[in-house]
Amino acid sequence: MLEDRAIPAEPLIRAEGLTKHFPVTRGLLAGRTTGQVKAVDGISFTIGHQETLGLVGESGCGKTTTSRLLLRLEQPTAGRVLLDGRDVHALRGGDLSRYHTRVQAVFQDPWSSLNPRLRVRETIAEALVVNRRVTRRGKLERVEEVLHQVGLPLSAAARYPHEFSGGQRQRIALASALAASPELIVLDEPVSALDVSIRAQIMNLLKDLQARQQLSFLLVAHNLATVRYIAHRTAVMYLGRIVEHADTESLYRNPLHPYTKALFSAALPADPDAPRDDMILSGEVPSPIDPPSGCHFHPRCPFAMEQCSRVEPELKAMTAGHAVACHLY
Amino acid sequence: MARVEERIDAGFVASTAPDEAGPRPRGDLARLPWISFVIIAVMVFVAVLAPLIAPHSPTEQSLPDKLRPPAWQEGGSGKHLLGTDVLGRDLLSRLIYGARVSLIVAAVALLAGGGIGLIVGIVSGYLGGRVDSFLMRVVDATLTFPTILIALLLAVSLGQGLQTIAIAITVLIWARFARVVRGEVLAVKARDFVALARVHGCSHLRIMAVHIVPNVLNTFMVLLTLHIGFVIIVEASLSFLGAGIPPPTPSWGQMVADGRSHIASAWWLSVVPGAAIMLVVLAFNLFGDWLRDWLDPRLRQV
Amino acid sequence: MDAGAPVVLEVRGLRAYLHTRWGVVRAVDGVSFSLRAGETLGLVGESGCGKTMTGLSLVRLLPEPAGRIVEGQVLLDGEDLVTKSESEMRRVRGRRVSMILQDPQTSLNPVFTIGDQILEALRLHRTDGGGSLTSRAEEALRRVKVAAPEQRMRAYPHQMSGGMKQRVVGAIAVAGEPSVLIADEPTTALDVTIQLQYLALLKEIQARTGLAMLFITHDFGIVARMCDRVAVMYAGRIVEMGPTRALFRAPRHPYTEALMASVPRMEGTVARLPSIEGQPPPLHNLPTGCRFADRCAYVDDRCRREYPPTMPVGPAHEAACWRIEPSPPSR
Repeated sequence: MLEDRAIPAEPLIRAEGLTKHFPVTRGLLAGRTTGQVKAVDGISFTIGHQETLGLVGESGCGKTTTSRLLLRLEQPTAGRVLLDGRDVHALRGGDLSRYHTRVQAVFQDPWSSLNPRLRVRETIAEALVVNRRVTRRGKLERVEEVLHQVGLPLSAAARYPHEFSGGQRQRIALASALAASPELIVLDEPVSALDVSIRAQIMNLLKDLQARQQLSFLLVAHNLATVRYIAHRTAVMYLGRIVEHADTESLYRNPLHPYTKALFSAALPADPDAPRDDMILSGEVPSPIDPPSGCHFHPRCPFAMEQCSRVEPELKAMTAGHAVACHLY
Repeated sequence: MARVEERIDAGFVASTAPDEAGPRPRGDLARLPWISFVIIAVMVFVAVLAPLIAPHSPTEQSLPDKLRPPAWQEGGSGKHLLGTDVLGRDLLSRLIYGARVSLIVAAVALLAGGGIGLIVGIVSGYLGGRVDSFLMRVVDATLTFPTILIALLLAVSLGQGLQTIAIAITVLIWARFARVVRGEVLAVKARDFVALARVHGCSHLRIMAVHIVPNVLNTFMVLLTLHIGFVIIVEASLSFLGAGIPPPTPSWGQMVADGRSHIASAWWLSVVPGAAIMLVVLAFNLFGDWLRDWLDPRLRQV
Repeated sequence: MDAGAPVVLEVRGLRAYLHTRWGVVRAVDGVSFSLRAGETLGLVGESGCGKTMTGLSLVRLLPEPAGRIVEGQVLLDGEDLVTKSESEMRRVRGRRVSMILQDPQTSLNPVFTIGDQILEALRLHRTDGGGSLTSRAEEALRRVKVAAPEQRMRAYPHQMSGGMKQRVVGAIAVAGEPSVLIADEPTTALDVTIQLQYLALLKEIQARTGLAMLFITHDFGIVARMCDRVAVMYAGRIVEMGPTRALFRAPRHPYTEALMASVPRMEGTVARLPSIEGQPPPLHNLPTGCRFADRCAYVDDRCRREYPPTMPVGPAHEAACWRIEPSPPSR
């Protein structure tokens, strides 16, 4: 067992006013802009060392865009992401290479995450090879190490992705994220494409890795039970904004925001005798191109008041570690 | 080994499964396109070994022997198995040397045109944006050119010869490759492993070389084989129109043209090379079809 | 659901195999169950267990030429669908048995308006009945809670959200007034809040028309909410079947037990989620004996030698496991 490093007080990641708008274009050469998709609309959060932040919400809420902003797959329209106090989008050269060894990712679809033409060991070692000088031997040793960490046999290294099942491919993807010894792994729906019984395997693996390798996770997911099992803190997103965030236990025991309540009520318990206090929302999820004014949730909110359509509510801390953006509070 | 059930499941929902080399079962041997293989092999063999195989020189004239019919006809002889043309040249030998010409032109044009098309397609598809828009407009423009007209223009301005034809055909086909390759690149680009390569810190060049190109090669190779027939016909057409390989070098298209005026009496002059063109193009097309089916897992029967 | 309601669908010993290049895949390997009017039977299992193939077999839509029903009967109101000709089956599909599939994107034809697609269903199956076809189509949309149906009739699928598309799919499915609806993971591609709306809608349609539903899913939460009875499938066979409450309170088959334990719960956290090691056996190379043997915590020699018979474990509750002492049918 590794000796636990003392956990620094300053969070690993800090996002401030993070915003991403995509222009909607028309015209022969994509010239005119006719609108904006406000995918992420000014969010702020932190991820501590050895901590998992869960990001939940439904389609269009902006959680995937947020994860892409953290990974530098998108440039923010406004706001910034800080790693150890430095703006990640301003990094260049050697600093950028170091960033890539510190922040990695695992995506949802195991069938699309691995290059079918590369042997498993090449995929796994890529972050290492591209960002650091490693000898061939050093590379192979590291590949073996991480294969062991994710519970795959060493013989996997020389094989091709098509020889593996979905669950095994996700393990390979995880190994490839671990190879450069990152501090943060962005997990975008890591288990939703897997069979139910395999999900438990992978979730347990993630928990173990976090403890042993001292990792932080940003867990983007729509399955609330999964998030509860792994995340220390959770933030709920709706149409590009964070509507509530709290310590996971606090959030799940006492959801405050009406949307959070609706979300929780929609997570059907595996118990036929559970009380059915459904909060069925009316209408469809509005489009991020033309979000409702004021509080984005007001058209579907059973508790909407007059000011909800005019004024956007601020995130207010209710108790230590539990904040909500709602005029009810 | 990815479970059979997972593949079956993946087949019912819109499949995003990448090209996978699955296990090849035993029964496949019977489904190989043997006839195509044989015809192609014979053509290549003949073309390469032409000087050793041809019974006569293709350019040697022998006026007393002119317009002899093929050996199995009345008046034919074993000396000239497929007969002779109007200048007494042996048709079989000309056919054999003509195979060489067709093959060389096809190879050069395809490599050049295919190569340019591959690069343009990859750059355009991967970089996107203005570069993509611009390059695709160039491709569109090129595709609207009337094939033979352009080739004729080039032949007239650059003079006849192997070089000219090769250039003409290259100019004509690169755009087709570019377009199809770009489509494939867009599909590959959308797959998660490309995004993950960026997360790993790969440069654009590395992504193109290591992740994009290998996953586009299958389609590219199929496209190549399917174009061989086209290129052979273009060359034959140009030679037929007199803008191709200048005489006395034999070219199948030119031979067909030469035989036109004697069609009623000495039919073999046009029919024999014409049949050769048809057989070879058919063989390459069938081969290309088979290659595409073989490489594309989605078309395979469950 | 009325226990005395008539049985509308009875499946007996159904076997559907796929003849593939890897061998014969025994996708459905001896499945039997019955469905009463107004009842919802859940068919639960993981990928490759055969639940989707079972659904497709019922309407004879197995992928051809590889897929074939090799044995068994599917009795709809007493008539065996397995022996019917293709033209007879065309009169059955949509009109007496209907199906909703998982992906709303591909379930609707993108080049036709949704009005056209509903009208097509009505024209094929129910030209009788009062009112013009158009007004009946609008009524069908209203019943699935699509607002402003008159305008929506002229809309194209791409102009609608996933939830709304799935509702249109539902409207088309029940347009022919079938007695059986097979729903194959109809909400998997939908957001959870939309899913809740949709499940409530399905329940409402069922209450109004009395149709029987076969609900294929992998989500136990949905099963707990929607289903009166549940059948758990593993490697082509049903390993446990019974009333929902009984199955959830006391699952008797080790697979059911292990599967339910491996699902994280919203309520309360556990320190560690028990997971099932290994993988299901390949369907083209099945072991003799119990198919769950390799992964079962309670396995013994007999399990590997002989496939366990299906034994009663409670009222209308049965499981196929050697560990079970057959219990008397009534308590």
